[in-house]
Amino acid sequence: MARKDTPEQAEFREHCRRWLGENRPAPPAVRLPEMAIEVSTEDHMGYLSDWQNKCWEAGLVGSDYPKEYGGGGNHGFLRIANQEMSKAGTPFLINVIGLGMAAPTILHHGTEEQKRLYLKPLLAAEEIWCQGFSEPGAGSDLASAQTSAVRDGDNWIINGHKVWTSLATFSKWMILLARHSNDHKYNGLTYFVAPIADTPGVTVRPLIKITGGTGFNEVLFEDVVISDNMRLDEIGKGWTVAMTTLTHERGAAEGAGSGGGAGVEERIEGLVALAKKTPRGNGTAWDDPVLRDRIIQVAIRANGLRQTMRRGRVEGLIDHPMRLPLQGKVVMTELMQDAAAIGMEIAGAASSLYIRDENAPDQGDWPLGYMNSYGMTIAAGTSEVQRNILGERVLGLAKSK
Amino acid sequence: MSQPKDFGFGEDEKLLRDSARKFLSDTLPVDKLRKLVAGDHVEAYESAVQPLGYDENLWKQIVELGWTTLAIPEEAGGAGMKVVAVAAIAEEAGRAALPSPLIPTLIATAVLCEAKSAAASSALGRIAAGEAASIAITNAQGSWEPTDTDVVASQSGNETTLSGTASFVQDARKVSFFVVSAKNSSGIGLYVVDADAPGVTIRPDQIVDLTRDQARVEFKDVVIAADKVVATDGLEALRRATPSMLVIVAADLCGAAEWQLQTTAEYAKVRTQFDHPLGFFQAVKHPIVNAMIDIDRAKSLTYAAACEIDSEQATAEVAARMAKSAASDAAAFICSRSVQLHGGIGFTWECDVHIYFKRQKHNQMLYGDGIYQRSKLGEML
Repeated sequence: MARKDTPEQAEFREHCRRWLGENRPAPPAVRLPEMAIEVSTEDHMGYLSDWQNKCWEAGLVGSDYPKEYGGGGNHGFLRIANQEMSKAGTPFLINVIGLGMAAPTILHHGTEEQKRLYLKPLLAAEEIWCQGFSEPGAGSDLASAQTSAVRDGDNWIINGHKVWTSLATFSKWMILLARHSNDHKYNGLTYFVAPIADTPGVTVRPLIKITGGTGFNEVLFEDVVISDNMRLDEIGKGWTVAMTTLTHERGAAEGAGSGGGAGVEERIEGLVALAKKTPRGNGTAWDDPVLRDRIIQVAIRANGLRQTMRRGRVEGLIDHPMRLPLQGKVVMTELMQDAAAIGMEIAGAASSLYIRDENAPDQGDWPLGYMNSYGMTIAAGTSEVQRNILGERVLGLAKSK
Repeated sequence: MSQPKDFGFGEDEKLLRDSARKFLSDTLPVDKLRKLVAGDHVEAYESAVQPLGYDENLWKQIVELGWTTLAIPEEAGGAGMKVVAVAAIAEEAGRAALPSPLIPTLIATAVLCEAKSAAASSALGRIAAGEAASIAITNAQGSWEPTDTDVVASQSGNETTLSGTASFVQDARKVSFFVVSAKNSSGIGLYVVDADAPGVTIRPDQIVDLTRDQARVEFKDVVIAADKVVATDGLEALRRATPSMLVIVAADLCGAAEWQLQTTAEYAKVRTQFDHPLGFFQAVKHPIVNAMIDIDRAKSLTYAAACEIDSEQATAEVAARMAKSAASDAAAFICSRSVQLHGGIGFTWECDVHIYFKRQKHNQMLYGDGIYQRSKLGEML
């Protein structure tokens, strides 16, 4: 059923609107990147952690988490806060990995002590989090992770190599998937929260993205000692815990995220606007019926996605409970990718101009967005893996491995 | 009027849809459908006049169930239900590939409801009483523009007569009257013409689709009584009815596409090659998933458009054209994959997929395919 605000929720929504209206921060000296995971300077990090901290103090972050862990202790407020932040166009929340993945995982699998220790500083952006899942040899086949965790009394000794680690240079903590046993592929995995800042044996090295930007890293562990009380859930339960994290990560990728960033509708409006202002022959790109057809195709897909999310809440119009939810990630990320590609085609020769060129259409967002879009179609299970999941879990086709 | 978040698809609509689905799966399972429309290829494609291939008794039951009166206002003897309910019924008709005048009758109803005249109400009363109808508004070129008709209405004194030919008239041999568009002195008029009226000749087309009939309908000095003049200026009614027409065909497309999807997925589970079920291979699995994503998009847009019509949104035509575009393209893709992924058997007459393939290719073009809808949208966005 469609969700309608309760009186308490309506009051909270009003609070969010008023507070965001009154507390919108002045823009930073240097323009912010598109997404939290691209932040690469101390200035931006400081600016954005201050902003998240203020939002947390105002009750807009962690609103649904229990009070004893630094949350607001409410129900159904988080969605409202995110909607209002997105509408207000205020800066994004910086601790995205923490909020979107680590916090729900800790809440679900952590001990009382762990919840008390980690959640409040996470919500308040006092401690930044990153994710240590992928490895050079474990991408789509995540369960083949080889980073080892060897038991040593009350401690574990970690050795290995994690990649695509966004925000690692600023992070105090990492959610870490490691292998305690080679006897079983899945049951040989254990999940930890690993300290990575100022930790002997941990090396963080930046990886340069296709865009030329930094923002993600590789993290090397060499005989890093961590305490057993940093293990999340039981030994051998790592894969189950990782699935909790991934479920939240895929949801976040659909845009249920934490405010800011160009949404789908914004992208489509941007495409139409670009076409109408880009000269082509005696008119504009919008007058070219072939280009216009392509723009309208993605506009239809964008509206289709919006209406599918709406239909997902209408019980009578759903054929299979997982059919629509499992499509969200692949549909959204491929739509964003195709929209950016068409933006480049509309810009034509000027799509060659990048973000530092003053003549670049829309400040070079189209080539930048197009290249960055591959991060979304690859991360959290590639589009190919998503299609396997849909075919197998929804349509019941034979497993492809 | 604001829009309900659930598309207005509530308990009543769900009950109606579920009972329609059950009725059709009980009375018209696919093996019966095949006997009805594709029993013999020579008869289907080489008869001088194509067989009608529909079950009149089943049609009578459908009329008794009230499916043709759903959208007719209560004051004209109908159930006065919303377009979202009509879409749900059309989706089930598509799922069963139902051969019947149901879809044209629902479309004629939409046009008559918009005309708002005594003649329109009286024609709606005939549908409410169980008659079937079809619109005759397309010219020989197959234009979907409501201004294009090859029929002319001439006036002499109080007498109106129609002459000319309407082309691509859907299920012409199954209906008792037509709603005809004709050029007159004030633009485009709409007229009710009985199928057996003097001067009317139905010339059946030889068509690919086995689940419907189609004809050119010739009018030779057909006299129109004053109470059959639905509108002397009917262009606005046709334009206002366009979103509903598109949604009805889009819903039929979605229902049939879902059948094609499930049938193809089922075959990919049971057919084994190279020691694996076909669905094991990603070259088979991924296109089936893509088809599912396309169908879900089309279905969401179709119900959204129906809801926009019901809540009288100014953007209803945009929504309906998006729905028809998405549904036409989704159908085209699953048509292609359903035959290809069935392999050799999919290329034969004995495999059921061709029955849906043909209905879908017909529906894809009907009232404009994806490219056509997007070209119209280009003028609106």
